[in-house]
Amino acid sequence: MSDSMVNIFGLYKSYYRDSLEIPVLRNISLKIPEGEFLALMGPSGSGKTTLLNLLAGIDQPTSGTLSVAGEEISQLNENELAKWRSRHIGFIFQFYNLMPVLTAFENVELPLLLTKLTKKERKEHVETALSIVGLAERMKHYPRQLSGGQEQRVAIARAIVTDPSLILADEPTGDLDKHSAEEIMILLTRLNQEFKKTIVMVTHDPRAAEKAKIVRHLDKGELD
Amino acid sequence: MKVFKLIFKNSVRHRLRTILTILGLALAVMAFGLIRTFIKAWYAGADAASPDRLITRSSVSIVFTLPISYKEQLMKMDGISDVSYANWFGGIYIDPKNFFAQFAVEPETFLKMYPEYIVPADQYQAFLQERKAVIIGRRLADRFGWKIGDPVSLTGTIYPGNWDFVIRGIYTGKEDITDETIFVMRFDYLDEVIRRDMPGRAGQIGWYVLKMDNPARAAEISKAVDAHFKNSLAETLTETEKEFQMSFIQMAGAIIIGLRVISYLIIGVILLVLANTMAMTARERVSEHAFLRTLGFRKYHLFGLILGESLIIAFIGGLIGILLLSIVENVVAVAIKQFFPSFSADLITYFTCMATAFIVGIGASIFPIQRAMRIKIVDGLRVVD
Ligand SMILES: Nc1ncnc2c1ncn2[C@@H]1O[C@H](COP(=O)(O)OP(=O)(O)O)[C@@H](O)[C@H]1O
Ligand SMILES: [Mg+2]
Repeated sequence: MSDSMVNIFGLYKSYYRDSLEIPVLRNISLKIPEGEFLALMGPSGSGKTTLLNLLAGIDQPTSGTLSVAGEEISQLNENELAKWRSRHIGFIFQFYNLMPVLTAFENVELPLLLTKLTKKERKEHVETALSIVGLAERMKHYPRQLSGGQEQRVAIARAIVTDPSLILADEPTGDLDKHSAEEIMILLTRLNQEFKKTIVMVTHDPRAAEKAKIVRHLDKGELD
Repeated sequence: MKVFKLIFKNSVRHRLRTILTILGLALAVMAFGLIRTFIKAWYAGADAASPDRLITRSSVSIVFTLPISYKEQLMKMDGISDVSYANWFGGIYIDPKNFFAQFAVEPETFLKMYPEYIVPADQYQAFLQERKAVIIGRRLADRFGWKIGDPVSLTGTIYPGNWDFVIRGIYTGKEDITDETIFVMRFDYLDEVIRRDMPGRAGQIGWYVLKMDNPARAAEISKAVDAHFKNSLAETLTETEKEFQMSFIQMAGAIIIGLRVISYLIIGVILLVLANTMAMTARERVSEHAFLRTLGFRKYHLFGLILGESLIIAFIGGLIGILLLSIVENVVAVAIKQFFPSFSADLITYFTCMATAFIVGIGASIFPIQRAMRIKIVDGLRVVD
């Protein structure tokens, strides 16, 4: 494995609407070393989410090579990708995407159901993840009983519980007030510095972006 | 936490919707079970038929009669150990809606031919000794509060006039399915009056009942009897008691077919109710399903989540449905006991109800599953709910 967490070369991505090609990403080349904290900025519709989805292996590039966590993921089939994702990727969304019927504990446990861990091991992992985000006391709470900032912290706990190689965050503070946003950024910074997690974060918020080690701009599908 | 727990928690996510769906299913399953029970009760007479009895009737139609003189010839035929006969009386007790079956029988052979009717010996003796005597079923006696010694008057329809009878016996059934609603009068009383008032119609019976030594010979004996009376004044049609009963039931065939159609429509309704709920559910969860797949869950997990939820709802609905059925059938049985000797849902009916619910559970999840399978992760994630 090279020391690049992400290695993108000559990446193109187009969508097709009734045989009309809509180019979204154009000739993207990007190297992200392990342990990096990269903020991706750019106007709405510039292709940030699309790039993140490609990194997560939930979308396929039109052309180009895309190696993430040592795997050439454009070559993997659907099942291989699913397995790869559960091992290497932690995803954080703008709207948290917690399951409303599950408690904080159960939400964090969700990705572990795909592993071979025993119930006891799962419990340890979940408790560790929840205490890292400072919500060990809220394990039994349902999402509706938590504030937006707390929900996002549960979502972060869920993203790190499998100890993934790469954390992808799509506007993680986009739906939060200033104070909660700050807490989330402190947490992400800690994950990067203390736990050496590689993070790629899409954001609109310059204050959030300045917490990252490096900021890249995407405009009209092209990286600066 | 197991995936099963998630399925269960999902199924009660919209509590009111789930409860209404389950209640809808339960009521429909119950209605389905009741109709099936009703159809079964309709056929109960045929089920109660004895295999060692043959019925010989006019080959033209059951409403045509046969001469009473055939009895002696039938007695002489091979394989037949006893011969009795009966006629349909068709009288009205006060009001046509008080309907019950009335048969005029040959008193001396009646009990021997129908051992499933249990009559105390002294009551049967009384019946043999008095022309106007009748024996009635226990349920019929209960229905009108009749006791031994009570006089009963019927208004004849086939045989006009006022007919007076005296209750001399009350029979009970040997089996649960034995019909206890019949009114049995003496044929000789009927024939005496007919001979006096409408001589042209005297000496005619409705059908013969033949007892065989060996039920296995039913087909052969039936053929021999009908061959014997071929080209005589009244040709015959002989069949087993069961076939005979069925031919009556078939007269109500349109009703039965109607009921069957309704029962299938009910299944359709159950399917639509649940399919609708499942479709709504799946539509609401598009982004959630996409997110689960982002975590690494696979299509077959979604398949299990949707199917499992559908089956849970169907199963609970079915369970409550058969519970309701087990209560309601008793109420219905009491209400219609005069007409149906036996009305009770059997194990097969309960099983069929549950199996139907189960199949509906599978059927209702097909389209939602297809939808969930087709949608791409990135498209699902873009759906904001
Ligand atoms: N599934 C899709 N089909 C067609 N067009 C799409 C699809 N997904 C994204 N797009 C288009 O691609 C462009 C980039 O979208 P996106 O990556 O979501 O932008 P951003 O996250 O930077 O706001 C937009 O113009 C969007 O309309
Ligand atoms: Mg976006």
